[in-house]
Amino acid sequence: MEDAIEVNELVKTYPGDVRALDGLSFSAEEGTVFGLLGPNGAGKSTAVRIVTTLARPDSGAARVAGHDVLADPAGVRSAIGVVGQRAGADREATARENLRLSGRLHGMRGLESRIDELLARFGLEDAADRIVRGFSGGMERRLDIALALTHRPRVLFLDEPTTGLDPEVRADMWQEIERLGRDEGMTVLLTTHYLEEADRLAAQLAIVDRGRVVASGSPDELKRELSGDAVQVELERPNLNGAGAAVERIDGIREVSVDGRTLRARAADGARAVPAVLAALEVHDVEVASVTVARPSLDDVYLRYAGRSFGAAEASAERTEVTR
Amino acid sequence: MTALRHTGYMTATHLRQLWRQPWWIAVTLVQPVIWLLLFGSLFEVVADIPGFGSDSYIDYLAPGIVVMTAFFSAGWSGMPVIEDLDRGVTDRLLVSPASRGALLAGRVAQNSVTIAIQSLIIVGISLLAGATFPGGLVGVAALVGVAVLLGACFGTLSIGFALSARKEETLIATLTFLQLPLSFISSTFMASSLMPDWMDTAADFNPLEWAVEAARAAALGDGGWDVVLTRCGLLAGFLALCAWFALRALERYQRSL
Repeated sequence: MEDAIEVNELVKTYPGDVRALDGLSFSAEEGTVFGLLGPNGAGKSTAVRIVTTLARPDSGAARVAGHDVLADPAGVRSAIGVVGQRAGADREATARENLRLSGRLHGMRGLESRIDELLARFGLEDAADRIVRGFSGGMERRLDIALALTHRPRVLFLDEPTTGLDPEVRADMWQEIERLGRDEGMTVLLTTHYLEEADRLAAQLAIVDRGRVVASGSPDELKRELSGDAVQVELERPNLNGAGAAVERIDGIREVSVDGRTLRARAADGARAVPAVLAALEVHDVEVASVTVARPSLDDVYLRYAGRSFGAAEASAERTEVTR
Repeated sequence: MTALRHTGYMTATHLRQLWRQPWWIAVTLVQPVIWLLLFGSLFEVVADIPGFGSDSYIDYLAPGIVVMTAFFSAGWSGMPVIEDLDRGVTDRLLVSPASRGALLAGRVAQNSVTIAIQSLIIVGISLLAGATFPGGLVGVAALVGVAVLLGACFGTLSIGFALSARKEETLIATLTFLQLPLSFISSTFMASSLMPDWMDTAADFNPLEWAVEAARAAALGDGGWDVVLTRCGLLAGFLALCAWFALRALERYQRSL
């Protein structure tokens, strides 16, 4: 299938020798949700600004919906919808007026019925003719997305769409984004620094660190590359008589550690390892309170490819922000 | 064609906002009305000075106040531009097919409507204060036209400053720095024949002075149409320069992203 977004070796530096992008490359297949995952300051927003024709790279190339962002920015602009990190609606106008302006600038026909359709879809019918200034954060965000969809773009960019939203609104937003990818065959590029958001929404992911893609694939593929599942056993009593050693002897079980009442281990197939683990513990008269098997998280993936934990990367980005 | 249509859309958007907050026009009228009434009576006797060249000070002052109001009110055009930059509105429009020029021209066009309304209100108050506008309706129409043209120049310039500075404090400082000298190195309040020579010379390079001379010639209707035309020509040239500067500032903003 054709790639809706192709990004090739983008480099972008800012005054003060800040290298925001350092040879960033990725491609997103048409009709999928593609996630750019990375901590704040990794270069995700810079990449979005370049592929949406807002900013120019120092070097490198990018094509969106078949148009080159540098040679044919007008072609790109008519094919894309963009939801930026900041709300982009005119706060002194009503929701309907905002949508109308957006549609007119795209030279749309049959605009009024499209506006009604979008207002209904995003639950803004009652607020349609109210001034945006009085909207709640969630309503404003929904209007932002409606604005980006007015002209039925082929590619939709969502730059940190749920940052700053409360959990309930975030859950609604997730459902909406899932629907866009599934029902409308739209290509969606989503940037996020929430691991669970990328995990849940993106079919394909690129993990970005310091302006480069350090790993890419589907969330499952990325996690599968980490060896095995995490098996965690809660014991009834703090371990006394070498339960850990017993578990370690089981075939296919590695990295066993015991910490008070918690026993952790890795297994290639966690679910299959559980009966053997329980049997070994029973032999040693260790009573078990609960067992959980977890697939590796994207946090583990990030740690492996970026060489630092997500939290540490975020903290370092904040420090750079302050010194800049 | 697209650029014109987009300018129309943007102008309508901004005008609707003005329509919802019409008191804004009243606020910007406080200062000129004070000048008109206070200076009008304070300096009434100035017209008696030999060489002043006009018999009635209020007739002399009124067109100057109209132009001055346009000058000050246009100066604030950049403020909402900074708000749009901060809020992400500008970025959203820049990634849409909206014509770049229309983003600037829409604001300037809205400002022109504001200035036309303000100018007519000041003309009305001046009439109540005793001004006669000997140039008649044609003169008043030309006066309003000159005010709008000057407003377009400084409105565009202010938008350019806003896109360059991107901070409200910097814009306010720049405007304040420009506004006072430009208003007093002009014949708004005092005939240039009575100014010190250096000031008279400096005033020749002041766009505000070009507008004041054109406005007064039109309003007094004493046959100075060549003055009106030449000064408007100068202002049109200045407007082109301001537009070039503002478009460059928009480009520079985009390059900083």
